[in-house]
Amino acid sequence: MKPRDLRVRRQAAKIRADLLLIADMVEPGARVLDIGCGDGALLEHLVFVKQVTGRGIELSQEGVNACVSQGLSVIQGDADTDLTDYPAGAFDYAILSQTLQATHDPRHVLEQLVRIGRRAIVSFPNFGHWQSRLYLVFRGRRPVTDALPASWYETPNIHFCTIRDFSVLCGEVGVTVERALSLDARGRTASQQSLRLANLLGQSALFLLRKT
Amino acid sequence: MNKQDLAESWAAKVQTLPGERVELGRGEPLRLDCGVELGPFTMAYQTYGSLNSERSNAILACHALTGDQYLAGAHPITGKPGWWDMMVGPGKPLDTERYFVICANVPGGCMGSIGPREINPATGEPWGLGFPVITVADMVRAQMLLLDHLGIERLFCALGGSMGGMQVLQLAASYPERIFAAVPIAASARHTAQNIAFHEVGRQAIVADPNWFDGEYYRHGKVPRRGLAVARMAAHITYLSEAALTRKFGRRLQDRSDVTYGFEADFQVESYLRHQGSSFVDRFDANSYLYITRAMDYFDLAADYGGILASAFQDTPVRYCVISFTGDWLFPTSESRDLVRALNASAADVSFVEIESDKGHDAFLLEEPEFWGTLRGFLFGCGEQLGLTAP
Repeated sequence: MKPRDLRVRRQAAKIRADLLLIADMVEPGARVLDIGCGDGALLEHLVFVKQVTGRGIELSQEGVNACVSQGLSVIQGDADTDLTDYPAGAFDYAILSQTLQATHDPRHVLEQLVRIGRRAIVSFPNFGHWQSRLYLVFRGRRPVTDALPASWYETPNIHFCTIRDFSVLCGEVGVTVERALSLDARGRTASQQSLRLANLLGQSALFLLRKT
Repeated sequence: MNKQDLAESWAAKVQTLPGERVELGRGEPLRLDCGVELGPFTMAYQTYGSLNSERSNAILACHALTGDQYLAGAHPITGKPGWWDMMVGPGKPLDTERYFVICANVPGGCMGSIGPREINPATGEPWGLGFPVITVADMVRAQMLLLDHLGIERLFCALGGSMGGMQVLQLAASYPERIFAAVPIAASARHTAQNIAFHEVGRQAIVADPNWFDGEYYRHGKVPRRGLAVARMAAHITYLSEAALTRKFGRRLQDRSDVTYGFEADFQVESYLRHQGSSFVDRFDANSYLYITRAMDYFDLAADYGGILASAFQDTPVRYCVISFTGDWLFPTSESRDLVRALNASAADVSFVEIESDKGHDAFLLEEPEFWGTLRGFLFGCGEQLGLTAP
């Protein structure tokens, strides 16, 4: 695979709407660690459009190889075990996009995020969304929705939470919520609502956090 | 030509090897870790591609234990392609239309750089065991003198597999200002007990050969062929993997339909190893084997930094790309992972890729497209960051 031309990369702003919202929270030139960076779409955007000093961690070897082949600094690693390797404050932003629910110890991961990043950006699917609630109430089964299509026995998502659950956890581990957005199915910001409404109407959530 | 003549003709060949040779350490001698000062001394090296006007596109390729400076093209002694022939050339991962690639024979080697079989000017005879013990750090010091000679202040990248990777790590730790990117491949920040053990077997095979003459075999017109061949055979097994050996040979017999109830090479794998052993002797010096294996054994980067590997990379500006192979049990991924952990602890810019391959440690010398793609992409990304221009 030949790395893409730099000019093409700068134009390659067409990333998912939810990733763009994350990118908007990061100021240009910042030091960023993207945990669970997948094929590097967000990281590439951050590095080449926002000129951040970007690093990534990805569990899958294919993802890592794809990223490094594109000139991104990514290591093969696991959010559950490898974040402790980094010194405190090593990054301006530690980003965990749509990965928290797949970690074994989300609480530990959250604590690590705000330790190694001056700020942390966390996004996750909201299990409190009305569709999930209705699914469980009326079908009596673990919700399978467009956003969460895998059945309970095959999903990598082992720690689902609602927006309210996550807010409570932040309070328990001494994390300050600087911004919280709830997103619709297309990853766009839903209009500002109360926590109760966000937890009901948001397909997913995006939090900007720092250590209290 | 009998084997003895062959060995002598090899010795004669080495004197007329193609490529560059330079005398270094004339003003300031090379201070070795063992305390000896070496200088002036000869370094033999090859270059591929050309240096750009900013002198910013130089890549130093560091060779492994039995490698040499002949990266690409036909090897002058064996006639076979150089050890990274598939890697170095126009359009290849180390693209010679873009990069200036340098590879030097390490001191202690036997392809024209100073080593135990070269003449000691003080005695007019080959150094033999009088040659000082060298270390990986000494190899790197010598290569820095070579860079001074070539007028290269900072390398774009240093890379190498196995012992080559050890040199890369030592270089990045000792001279971070002289290197932009570092790629240690199938390497480790220290030689493990198991690896030291394998080396000791090889060394003992050499010194047990009656033709070794306490390292003075040059004077006796002999070569400890059997000892060196056995050392190579044992080592060669460690460079492969069970899967690779099974795929290549299985239990197949060599040119016979049944076992012979004797000790000839009944099996293909035996025949292959014997061939590996005997052909190695034609291109490598037994004493060099002792010296270079010793250098690897002594390598423990953390030891120079209070036992904390991360300290070796404190505030490092170098961009790292660590590469390992799943089937490598000599320098397993766990060693690379320890290295990555230490680099992360110093918040270094590091990429780490483990390549799926069952070819064993030798995978870094073989056709591994995913490995090449990774390397190509990493170098390209670094080049973009540096604003590298083609020559």
